[in-house]
Amino acid sequence: MAIRIPKPPLPGRRKPPPPAERVNGEVTVKDQAAEVGAGLVGWVDERTGVGGFTKGMLFRKVPKGTNWFYTLGSATMFAFLSQAVTGVILAMYYDPDPSRAYDSVQHITNDVFLGNIVRGMHRWGATVMIVLIFLHMGRVFFFGAYKYPRELNWVIGVVLLVMTLMMGLTGYLLPFDQRSFWATIVAVNLNGTAPVLGPYLADFLRAGPEFGATTLTRFYAMHMLLIPGLIAALIAVHLYLVVKLGTTAPPWLKAKLPEPLEKERV
Amino acid sequence: MADRTETERRPGTGENGAFTSRDGAPNGPQPLPKAKMPGYFEGETITRRALFTGGALAAGGIAGAAIALPAIGFALGPVFDKVEEVWQDAGATTDFSADDYTPKVLTLDTSVGEAGKTTVYIRKGNTSLGERADEFIAISTRCAHLGCPVRWVGPAQRFVCPCHGGVYNARGEVEGGPPVRPLDRFETRVQNGTVQIGPRYSVNSKLEKFSARDPGEPLDGVWQYLYPKRFSVPSA
Repeated sequence: MAIRIPKPPLPGRRKPPPPAERVNGEVTVKDQAAEVGAGLVGWVDERTGVGGFTKGMLFRKVPKGTNWFYTLGSATMFAFLSQAVTGVILAMYYDPDPSRAYDSVQHITNDVFLGNIVRGMHRWGATVMIVLIFLHMGRVFFFGAYKYPRELNWVIGVVLLVMTLMMGLTGYLLPFDQRSFWATIVAVNLNGTAPVLGPYLADFLRAGPEFGATTLTRFYAMHMLLIPGLIAALIAVHLYLVVKLGTTAPPWLKAKLPEPLEKERV
Repeated sequence: MADRTETERRPGTGENGAFTSRDGAPNGPQPLPKAKMPGYFEGETITRRALFTGGALAAGGIAGAAIALPAIGFALGPVFDKVEEVWQDAGATTDFSADDYTPKVLTLDTSVGEAGKTTVYIRKGNTSLGERADEFIAISTRCAHLGCPVRWVGPAQRFVCPCHGGVYNARGEVEGGPPVRPLDRFETRVQNGTVQIGPRYSVNSKLEKFSARDPGEPLDGVWQYLYPKRFSVPSA
């Protein structure tokens, strides 16, 4: 019995590249150089198909009435990126050891070139990010952009909000001065007041029944590795859903009905 | 091999792929009989594909758990790790009176330098307060509201918290403000004329002893069960 195998879907021969513009029938070096950029983009696009995706994302249709309030989400994301970049640089100098943390922060602020600028960007950027998140949340709420089919994106956004607040909590300890130390004591004890599981949660955060050296490293690891990783992953999902579902028109724009229905409207 | 050639053409379709009825008349889609997979035999209980899907999922789950479980256990370890009981010298028995507190600095955690130290207020037992004259009372400065350090104000005979205004009397019982239970205490003992301070313990409003709880956790009535004993601290 003969076994019939379908022909493999082999692509046809590649089309020959379009002939470069010629001057007097000769390809000049200038012509070749001019094509390098397009050639590179084409090379990557042919192997990844990223061109169609990028076009679809950047040139997608947005509703009439889209205005500056719609940029608050992107603004929040850029605040996060700014925090990530300055945070990575700060981590090059910061030392999460209880006996050296405070001194290393003083070193960053007073000795390192532009250290006070970068630390200030990280410190104020944290506040800016929280403010932007709430403005973005308010925009989504008042424009009704959380409604079907975007409920899941609202939920993801709330998780992102909570994780950003956790970033604030864990980052507050790192300068390791009196204020950050006692603020963390109070914050951990607040977590401990949750019934039944609270006491164990507090022990988990402190890595023991008393504030110790591992409390600082624990907060540091959560602040720079665990939570930012989760935030970055969730931002990706959040953005995917925004692109997939599109944005909503502002509530003051009425949907335009087809002509016969428009006449029936009283 | 007869049913193999049968499945090669999509059931319910004619030669050119158009929908046909059994008698050949084109009258819309018919429910398709389920195609039999290659290797099917009569009376099989699980298909090869289902077995391999399940096997791959199980292998992936085991591999994931092999990474995740140790990592989670590593992070949660301190919750179940009981800290060692440490007894520290606080001073000679003659250093302390029954009428006023003497502050002493003790080390709660040796790994964090100055941050691991705390002030403890110590006095002799006072018979007028119903205490034995040969015992020593060591009051923790950790406020029972949220853990700020309280201060003994001698003239007022009160412990006062700087953060949210908690006030305690000379026995550490709540006089005012937000604290939910009296100030914690430390175990005390006397060895060779020296007062020694041991592990922390908490008390409810009747000064009954409980294993150390975190601040903000009341211990009266049903609350003692809602804030259970932790694995990391010694029993009272």
